[in-house]
Amino acid sequence: MSKEKQPKIGVFVCHCGVNIGAVVNVPEVVEYAKTLPNVAYAEGNLYTCSSEGLSKMKEAIKKYGLTQVVVASCTPRTHEPLFRGACEEAGLNKYLFHMANIREHCSWVHPKEQEKATQKAKEIVRMAAAKAALLEPQTEPEIDVLPSALVIGGGISGMSAAISLAHQGFSVHIVEKKDVLGGKLNELHKLYPVNKQSSEVVEEFIQAVKSNPKITLHTSSTVKNVDGFIGNFKVTLDQNGKEKAIDVGTVILATGAEVLEPNGKYCYGEDPNVITQFELERVMKEGKLKKPKNVVMIQCVGAREDKEGGRNYCSRICCAMAVKNALEIRELYPDSEVTVLYRDMQTYGKDFEEYYQKAREQFVQFIRFDAENPPEVIIKSKGEYSVRVEDILINDTVDLDADLIVLSTPLVQTEEAKELSKMLKVPLGADGFFLEAHVKLRPVDFATEGIFVCGTAHSPKTISESIAQAYAAASRAGIPMALKRVRTEAITSIIDEDLCTGCGTCIKLCPYSAIRKNERGIATVNDVLCKGCGVCAASCPEKAITMRHFSDKQVLAEATAALGGA
Amino acid sequence: MTERSGFEPKIIGFLCNWCSYAGADLAGVSRMQYPTNIRVVRVMCSGRIDPIIPLEVFMKGADGVIVLGCHPADCHYVEGNLYEEKKIEMLKKLLALTGLQPERLRLDWVSASEGQRFARIVTEFTEKIRELGPSPVRGKNPNKEILKNLEAARNAASDFRLRVLVGRERELTEKGNVYHEKIPLEQFDSLLDEVVEAEFMQQKIHLLTHTEPLSVKALAEATGLEPAAVLKQIVNMRRRNMITVDRIKGTTPLYRALEVA
Repeated sequence: MSKEKQPKIGVFVCHCGVNIGAVVNVPEVVEYAKTLPNVAYAEGNLYTCSSEGLSKMKEAIKKYGLTQVVVASCTPRTHEPLFRGACEEAGLNKYLFHMANIREHCSWVHPKEQEKATQKAKEIVRMAAAKAALLEPQTEPEIDVLPSALVIGGGISGMSAAISLAHQGFSVHIVEKKDVLGGKLNELHKLYPVNKQSSEVVEEFIQAVKSNPKITLHTSSTVKNVDGFIGNFKVTLDQNGKEKAIDVGTVILATGAEVLEPNGKYCYGEDPNVITQFELERVMKEGKLKKPKNVVMIQCVGAREDKEGGRNYCSRICCAMAVKNALEIRELYPDSEVTVLYRDMQTYGKDFEEYYQKAREQFVQFIRFDAENPPEVIIKSKGEYSVRVEDILINDTVDLDADLIVLSTPLVQTEEAKELSKMLKVPLGADGFFLEAHVKLRPVDFATEGIFVCGTAHSPKTISESIAQAYAAASRAGIPMALKRVRTEAITSIIDEDLCTGCGTCIKLCPYSAIRKNERGIATVNDVLCKGCGVCAASCPEKAITMRHFSDKQVLAEATAALGGA
Repeated sequence: MTERSGFEPKIIGFLCNWCSYAGADLAGVSRMQYPTNIRVVRVMCSGRIDPIIPLEVFMKGADGVIVLGCHPADCHYVEGNLYEEKKIEMLKKLLALTGLQPERLRLDWVSASEGQRFARIVTEFTEKIRELGPSPVRGKNPNKEILKNLEAARNAASDFRLRVLVGRERELTEKGNVYHEKIPLEQFDSLLDEVVEAEFMQQKIHLLTHTEPLSVKALAEATGLEPAAVLKQIVNMRRRNMITVDRIKGTTPLYRALEVA
């Protein structure tokens, strides 16, 4: 803010119907706002976000020549874009807007303390106005986007995403570490609930990929390095030890998942007839399943548990997979008994519940056990087992004979994903899977622009869910490529070249490799790569780094305004 | 609580945009109730909170400061929260030297889905601050000694040495230095203790000798250090051009602070 120009802040306090108005005395807050430094105008609105409220706001900006705007209403996480848009329409740069959250952080949490809530609302407005006075206009840099995408992983998700992108008219590179496409589907026998051979489905996709001239296939290849940013990624591939360079505008991660091997659990690894559900698939696919007398399947092995080595999430596919394989065995060998030991059968949604009913009709037995008291497997002799389980529905101990034990283990993140997470600067969640930018608002995006995720690399899911998510990722990746130009984050860091000594602390800290040294040994920020976290500014030994829109001065002004006055 | 029934703590909360602020929003949407004392400042990442910021806020009379970020491994910016953890650890060491209770500063994790956890942490922290009572530097008659100490702490947190050490802590203890030597965490911690204390004392001596030239003996009294320890700091400060001999009074040299460039 230039010194000669005094800020003229407009404050709009929203009643939000009764949401704020019934707790906070809004007229009192409006009157208080008028007394604050730099506030030139204040008014109350029934709903500031209504078209009437917004047009009143736009009028006031023009009429009073407002230089900054504060709306005291709800959370900026939902409504900031709307109010920023209104400011822009009134000719005000959208970064000259600031929000005071007096609903989620005040009226809704203090409905029984109306006086204190009103006082708090006043202070929140005072804090917002103090920051608003220091706000400056910002510009979002524009960059060109190459109309080509990299899809990492040639499984069902990767192929679906690639086909969709190619149909949208973009060129696509698929990188697959194996020498064949298909991923995990190549190991599966039949697919539920259609009972179609997995190979038939895979073959259709492989043909669609191979016959599409827009798709370039790189099998036996891995991603060695990725540099650059949305629109301009420079990718180095390693194909059988030979390096290949490609340039792409967007990246889709479809690296899939692996199956947890439950070593040490239920005698797995000790006897050949204790296998995982995926191993059973392979045996059946090869037509090598010898007739078993009694099959016992155990669900949630290493899943939905807090214990060490286990995973606390539900792997989503195992219930339906077990039901399918139980039915398959009953069909193949009608004399074979199949018992499923479960904690909760979650054959959710369309079709799967019917599938479960069918299994019951086909005399597949289901026995429920408690997580605290899991079944016990005892090897009687090679290939002969006894399984003891506490059936919590009849409250009794059940002993079962078995000659085949099938363990349903969860899908887990791959080792390569950890490498890619570091290389692409995209996070993994606590469960090891790739973490989207927002679970509801941006479910296939990463915080890093231009990179998207789909399939089981993101979380365990069925084939149809993987395909749907792949189409979602392809559609999201298509947006910047169709627009050809994108705007990037304005909230970035600025380095004061006179203060920087080139110590390199910020370079080590930056999670996006956005900071490099220039030819004079001074740190410079790539605005397109910077995501604006501010870790560099908070750590710079020379205090040479300032964050746009969140400078020390602005943050401190907002914080200390809460301490001034009453 | 009864004897302090008139006391309403002033608490500043720095919340990251992605997890904790969203968690606070969820507490609102779920209509959870918590004390009215917290004033929230939204930042993009908890890692944005420079150690100077809480110190400045304490100097202005805040009774408590709470920094909330994403849970480890859930950080929107990969590891900003883990870097913040290191900063807060260092800050607590500094606060312990100032006489302001380090418990007035808290770092915790709240995810976007943990509205209840947010309400619980804020309630707990508010109660804690109520127990501790008003900040000694709050109001019209602040404790001058502690205020001066906070200023020294702020200056120490602004200084290159401490910032480099904290900024590089994870690199040095987790990844190793340029010679691929990792420093064990305990060893780093005791090194940090030493540097925090030395930096704090040097800044304090600098502030004390800023208003009037003082002898080693007078400084020893003011800082509570042994005269030998004061002298050791003065030697280092002279090397760093922070202090000079103003004049010799009898046989006693009096030291005066130099403006730091």
